Amino acid sequence: MVSENSHLEDQQEPVQEGSDTRLLSVTSRRGPRSLPPIPSAFRTGFAEFSMRERMREKLQAARSKAESALLQEIPTPRPRRSRSPSEKQVETEFGTEPGREVQRTQLEEDSRDYSRVKFHDSARKIKSKPPVPPGFPSAEEAYNFFTFNFDPEPEESEEKPKAKHRGGTNQEEKEGEEEEPPVREGANKTGEEELLEGKDAEDLLLGLDHADADFVAVRPADYEGVRVRLQMEKELLFTPSRLTVPTYKKLPENVQPRYLEDEGLYIGARPEVPRTNQNIMENRLLTQEPGRRWFGDDGRILALPNPIRPFPSRPPVLTQEQDIKAELETLYTKAVKYIHRSQHMIGSGDPPGNFQLDIDISGLIFTHHPCFSREHVLAAKLAQLYDQYLARRQRNKAKFLTDKLQALRNAVQMGLNPAKSPKSLETTPKAINEYKSEIRQTRRLRDAEQEKDRTLLKTIIKVWKEMKSLREFQRFTNTPLKLVLRREKVDQKADEEAYEAEIQAEIRELLEEHTEDYEQKMEEYRTAHQQWKAWKKAQRAKKKKKKQAVEEHPDEEMEEPDPGETPVKPLPPEPTDRAAIEQQVRERAARSRRRPGEPTLVPELSLAGSVTPNDQCPRGEVLRREDVKRRSLYLKVIFNDKEVSRTDSRPLGADFRVHFGQIFNLQIVNWPESLTLQVYETVGHSGATLLAEVFLPIPETTVVTGRAPIEEVEFSSNQHVTLDHEGVGSGVPFSFEADGSNQLTLMTSGRVSNSVAWAIGENGIPLIPPLSQQNIGFRSALKRADAISSIGTSGLTDMKKLAKWAAESKLDPNDPSNAPLMQLISVATSGESYVPDFFRLEQLQQEFNFVSDEELNRSRRFRLLRLRSQEVPEFRNYKQIPLYDREIMEKVFQDYEKRLRDRNVIETKDHIDINRATVAKYFQQVRDSVINRFLVAKHHFLLSDLIVEEEVPNISILGLSLFKLAEQKRPLRPRRKGRKKVTAQNLSDGDIKLLVNIIRAYDIPVRKPTTSKFQQPSRSSRAFGEKHAASPTARSPTHSADYPLGQVLVRPFVEVSFQRTICHTTTAEGPNPSWNEELELPFRAPNGDYSTTSLQSVKDDVFINIFDEVLQDVLEDDRERGSGIHTRIERHWLGCVKIPFSTIYFQARIEGTFKIDTPPVLLGYSKERSVIAERGFDSVRSLSEGSYITLFITLEPQLVPGESVREKFDSQEDEKLLQATEKFQAECALKFPNRQCLTTVIDISGKTVFITRYLKPLNPPQELLNAYPNNPQATAELVARYVSLIPFLPDSVSFAGICDLWSTSDQFLDLLAGDEEEHAVLLCNYFLSLGKKAWLVMGSAIPEGPTAYVLTREQSHYLIWNPCSGHFYGQFDTFCPLKSVGCLIGPDNIWFNIQRYDSPLRINFDVTKPKLWKSFFSRSLPYPGLSSVQPEELIYQRTDKVAAAELQDRIEKILKEKIMDWRPRRLTRWNRYCASTLRHFLPLLERSQGEGAEDDHRAELLRQLGDYRFSGFPLHMPYSEVKPLIEAVYSTGVHSIDAPNAEFALAVYIHPYPKNVLSVWIYVASLIRNR
Amino acid sequence: MAAASPSVFLLMVNGQVESAQFPEHDDLYCKYCFVYGQDWAPTAGLEEGISQITSKSLDARRALVWNFPIDVTFKSTNPYGWPQIVLSVYGPDVFGNDVVRGYGAVHVPFSPGRHKRTVPMFVPESTSKLQKFTSWFMGRRPEYTDPKVVAQGEGREVTRVRSQGFVTLLFNVVTKDMRKLGYDTGPPDTQGVSGHSPPQGLPT
Repeated sequence: MVSENSHLEDQQEPVQEGSDTRLLSVTSRRGPRSLPPIPSAFRTGFAEFSMRERMREKLQAARSKAESALLQEIPTPRPRRSRSPSEKQVETEFGTEPGREVQRTQLEEDSRDYSRVKFHDSARKIKSKPPVPPGFPSAEEAYNFFTFNFDPEPEESEEKPKAKHRGGTNQEEKEGEEEEPPVREGANKTGEEELLEGKDAEDLLLGLDHADADFVAVRPADYEGVRVRLQMEKELLFTPSRLTVPTYKKLPENVQPRYLEDEGLYIGARPEVPRTNQNIMENRLLTQEPGRRWFGDDGRILALPNPIRPFPSRPPVLTQEQDIKAELETLYTKAVKYIHRSQHMIGSGDPPGNFQLDIDISGLIFTHHPCFSREHVLAAKLAQLYDQYLARRQRNKAKFLTDKLQALRNAVQMGLNPAKSPKSLETTPKAINEYKSEIRQTRRLRDAEQEKDRTLLKTIIKVWKEMKSLREFQRFTNTPLKLVLRREKVDQKADEEAYEAEIQAEIRELLEEHTEDYEQKMEEYRTAHQQWKAWKKAQRAKKKKKKQAVEEHPDEEMEEPDPGETPVKPLPPEPTDRAAIEQQVRERAARSRRRPGEPTLVPELSLAGSVTPNDQCPRGEVLRREDVKRRSLYLKVIFNDKEVSRTDSRPLGADFRVHFGQIFNLQIVNWPESLTLQVYETVGHSGATLLAEVFLPIPETTVVTGRAPIEEVEFSSNQHVTLDHEGVGSGVPFSFEADGSNQLTLMTSGRVSNSVAWAIGENGIPLIPPLSQQNIGFRSALKRADAISSIGTSGLTDMKKLAKWAAESKLDPNDPSNAPLMQLISVATSGESYVPDFFRLEQLQQEFNFVSDEELNRSRRFRLLRLRSQEVPEFRNYKQIPLYDREIMEKVFQDYEKRLRDRNVIETKDHIDINRATVAKYFQQVRDSVINRFLVAKHHFLLSDLIVEEEVPNISILGLSLFKLAEQKRPLRPRRKGRKKVTAQNLSDGDIKLLVNIIRAYDIPVRKPTTSKFQQPSRSSRAFGEKHAASPTARSPTHSADYPLGQVLVRPFVEVSFQRTICHTTTAEGPNPSWNEELELPFRAPNGDYSTTSLQSVKDDVFINIFDEVLQDVLEDDRERGSGIHTRIERHWLGCVKIPFSTIYFQARIEGTFKIDTPPVLLGYSKERSVIAERGFDSVRSLSEGSYITLFITLEPQLVPGESVREKFDSQEDEKLLQATEKFQAECALKFPNRQCLTTVIDISGKTVFITRYLKPLNPPQELLNAYPNNPQATAELVARYVSLIPFLPDSVSFAGICDLWSTSDQFLDLLAGDEEEHAVLLCNYFLSLGKKAWLVMGSAIPEGPTAYVLTREQSHYLIWNPCSGHFYGQFDTFCPLKSVGCLIGPDNIWFNIQRYDSPLRINFDVTKPKLWKSFFSRSLPYPGLSSVQPEELIYQRTDKVAAAELQDRIEKILKEKIMDWRPRRLTRWNRYCASTLRHFLPLLERSQGEGAEDDHRAELLRQLGDYRFSGFPLHMPYSEVKPLIEAVYSTGVHSIDAPNAEFALAVYIHPYPKNVLSVWIYVASLIRNR
Repeated sequence: MAAASPSVFLLMVNGQVESAQFPEHDDLYCKYCFVYGQDWAPTAGLEEGISQITSKSLDARRALVWNFPIDVTFKSTNPYGWPQIVLSVYGPDVFGNDVVRGYGAVHVPFSPGRHKRTVPMFVPESTSKLQKFTSWFMGRRPEYTDPKVVAQGEGREVTRVRSQGFVTLLFNVVTKDMRKLGYDTGPPDTQGVSGHSPPQGLPT
């Protein structure tokens, strides 16, 4: 209060302001409202000035007052707070100035603290101020005015908080503020009013005791102008600018931005942040943070390349809320002794924890300290030199070397006089030479040592002299050091003698050396001289010949003509000069050795000197000594970078020594990594400064307390200290000379004497962590050897090198200082500590092997498990592998082992001829490799394999689906809808059924009347009979005669056999029966594996056999005919349709009319052909030959066929071509997705090959060409037949994985197996070679599905050839199995069918029309002339006829046996006559290619055998193996005749074609003799 | 006697699909099935089940409670291919189409006793934004070809999934003969207890 008042007086302000200041200054002083008198200014102002002016005045007054008040309160100067207009400008233009902004905000907060307190008081006064009429007193003011004895000065008080608020920061800117318009003040004031209103209410009640009910304040609505508010906001809010901050603001002053990128350093990519955001952030940072630590050297915000944290910070999975209770459950766990988890942790087996390291810190000596006086510097130097001297003297190297020299000399003497020492007989001259050289070396060493000793002594004396002179100069002594040189008297005579003897000995040796040298040189000289002489002689001879006159100077003469070759005349070496040597020796001795008779000087340093007391010293020195006294030191012990303890703080002694004498026992858990002492110095009472760090070595494990020596570890500091007294400072140059020359710069340094050792426990056990814990492997092995740790070579790694070095350097093994090293070497080389010189990748593998590999292999269970996981086919689906080996039967593996064995053995049993066996084996190998490849590919998944996702609908699908909405729910003509497909994963046996719908058949052969009656049945009679047969109800008596039991022409039924399950339809009647029956056959996958690959490889065929059911009357006696019917049902095979399961699987359904595979000759049956032709009925059918059956076959449920492997095969095709093929295929697929378009195929080695490379004219066997030289059509047919005789084997069966492999024609002929493509390619190539125009037709046919046919162009029409059957069809043949044409492939181009229809009946095969056929190679992409993959020429070997005949016999024999096997309960009689007759027929059949000679056969047979009822037929098939033959014979059911008197006949004929293509004919017949 | 030297061990699992947390979805039902290795065979109980539709509870937990029982017994000769339960949760979307809301799988607990498992559920993501929209619009979201895919690791790298919620399962597991066959799966606490009956007939 007093001070304020005085201040007010100084200011000479109106008195009434006092209340304000008081209020401002101390909040608690509000109680006594002792108020100053009413100011006159108010009155006058009110009267004279306008409101505005008056306001301004008041404002100014208040402000200055408040300012001065605050100045009193706040001792530290405050910067201004509000901004001047100019400052604002700056802000808007460039953004705020960073430094100032920051300051301001900070200070603002400070000042706010002040002002907030004050507001309470002032607010009380403001609260009722009427805001609108400025200048007029409000109601409350009026009231106060009248009731109280004070003048609150409403106008002023309302300004007051403002003023105070701003004033707190506004010292410098008074003038500027004065110019501010009052509007702004008003704005500010209203703003602050609002702020304060909340508090007012309370203050009102507490502070003012006026009766509030006495008056009512009437106030107009509050309003703030937009500008006003904006300005207010500007004060309160900070909007960071979006403008770019200039770089200089972000960097420390005068620093250029540094771009690390430009300096070639790697800078990670910064995260993408919009520029404006970055600017805002920079502005904000500059405002808020005073420092620039957010900015890098380049002036940009520091940013990590990747803001993503490397680990998730997401909290763990929260269980449901209900589990909270469960989580709060108290769990009781046993107390667990804490075990450290650290790499250095002591193993669990060891007693944990109590290892102890004792650190004894005894003291500290400074070798230099800033407080050193000059004398100290010298003293330290002297002490150091003296230490050195002591050390040298202790070692006494010179003496040692002298002794050694003496010994060596003796040895040499002994060696030279072997008589004296008979023991040393072996000392050879060589040894002596060695000794001598050693003597030389030792002498040199000794001289050097002696010289050093002498120099050292000299230096000591010199320093001591300097010190003495310094002491004299400064007239006081600082150090108690005193050097005493003790003279040791020597016996001069003896000394001299010894000296002389030494010199003599040396001279002698040197002489000897020189003599040796001389002799050697002499020797050299002599030889050289002789050479030279010889040469000279020769020259001279030459010269003489040349009659050269000058003989006095032969040398010059010689040299002149031939200077290059002339050897210089050798000069004889100079003999040794004894005197010179002696002089040398003596000189050296004088330099390095004590002169004889000179007393030995022994310096002794003592601390006996007295230090001059303080009062006798000059001021500078006194100051120095006081400074030293103020200093104290302590040490911190840092263990593994952690401070563990510290010493007491000890004062620094005058001699710069500190004694600690403390021992620290460190109980350690972790293996020590580092041990550091930090030297701290405190001066007076200020803080400690770190002088230096001392790194202590971790003691070896042998070092235990008590045995550890005190070691001195040096330290030094690089601090620079300059002192203003006698102290020389540190890191500062000073000089001893008066002129300041010869400057010295010394750093603070010193030595810590300490000892570190492992403690010893109570029972005497060292508390050392076990060795194995310290380090892994090699080093610990080393440490185990005591010697190594004792010499501290724990880091040594290469023992061999060490040993080598030791041997090379001739380390004295007996030298005690070498002993540990020698021990180490012996240990290391003896192999005791074994260091592996190999590297093991999984060194722990051994530990995890719970059984040995052999045992693992022996275990049947593990073997089974392993084979299963390798997906070996036999075990792939093995379920429930037994737990014990004993439960696994050895036979489980038998099949597998057999297969493995057979892989290399050619099985001839099934194949009969060797060639085919080899082929089969080769085929198997190819198959295995391909399968292995696909097994890998199978584990490669695509998204569509795992996830079902709707396609993004395109317009057409959307339209369709919209159309569907409008579609009727139950249309009158429902369309067939696709069934849901089933993925073959969760299927099991019995789930899949094969549905065969037999609808009808056409043109079934009909029985012939018993031919025994008609030798030559006439056409008319047959016609007559069959006309009636068409209508079975009408029966003529002739029929009843022919067919005793009133049987019709034929009673066919269909039998479907699949996987040995047989179903048959009911029997229909007539040659055109209609069954319309559905047969259901179960399907079992092999091994119960319903995976796609397994299903693909199912090789089973569906046999659809058509039989004629014949009722045979077995009544023996005609008399019984009236009373009973005794008939036997026989069934006669009529034909068969064979459909592979794989076709059904891939086609999903097979529907259509198929040609029945009927034998060319059916004994007892005949075709209706002629009849129909005669009747002129159904001309289309008359064209066809053979019988037909309409079928519908499908699987229930429908299976998803496996997709072909999507693996991209590598290719040798041109990349451009491959791209073109992809493009072509994509274009085609877009237009006609259903039409097959093939451009590239995969060859047998798995490479992609362009398809046209397969087509090339290839020569058919000459034999075939020779057969019909004049009939090209017949030749073509023969060739087609030849091709069809090559067995058919679908790729999908051989290569489970649906990858269509195309083999070339020669491969195909070698393999003798292939599918449609190979047949078609070969046939096409033959046709091309025959000069036909031929193409490969890719399309779909029945029943094969997608297939390849061959199209040829004859003169006027096109022919379509089925390469597998050898049949050909005209383009308009309705029974042509080819149903759609996708593309045509020629040898040089591909044409895709872009016609509206794809049925061969309706398309035009003229490929030259680009509107109908889209060609691959066109003008834009011309045919590049691709070379063919086919061979130049096919070479055919003639098949061995003998082998064929042999095979024929064997097959016949096998089949006969089989038939007998199939009839186990009956006697099978063979009719040899019949058989031989049949055998005659077969070659004829082959020749005619099965063209009907039926009647001839029958006639022939009848003629030969007499009255027999025949039923039989020839079967024709290409030969691949025996098994299909047997199957075929079995399926005909010939053997099933039960008639007791039935006889059989069987004949086999094999017709060999070139290249081992065999055509097999089997004629089977059953005969029943007619009685 | 067969008990002395068993050749299979049995694993009996019962429990229930208790509840689920699907913050965004309601009216869900759950299918479960078991996936197990080739050496395993179910001997009793149901391998698959489909639950009722449940609605969210009205309290703060918003849990979807099914309490749908599981009861199945397996026999096996090999712990390889230990059964996993595969859950798939379905529910109607805004258009009323039944769409999948989550797949999840967890191994049946190994040790006997009562176990609670919370399975995170996820659904495959559409391959593109457009497909996401159309699938949402048409109510045909991407689904696994087979829910059992989630129990296997092979081929999963081609899929992208999004997490959806959690299903809580309760298992009571009983095993038979496992210890006899040398498989000790008991919790560590019970080892001391089991010490009373020393294992007999260990595989030789």
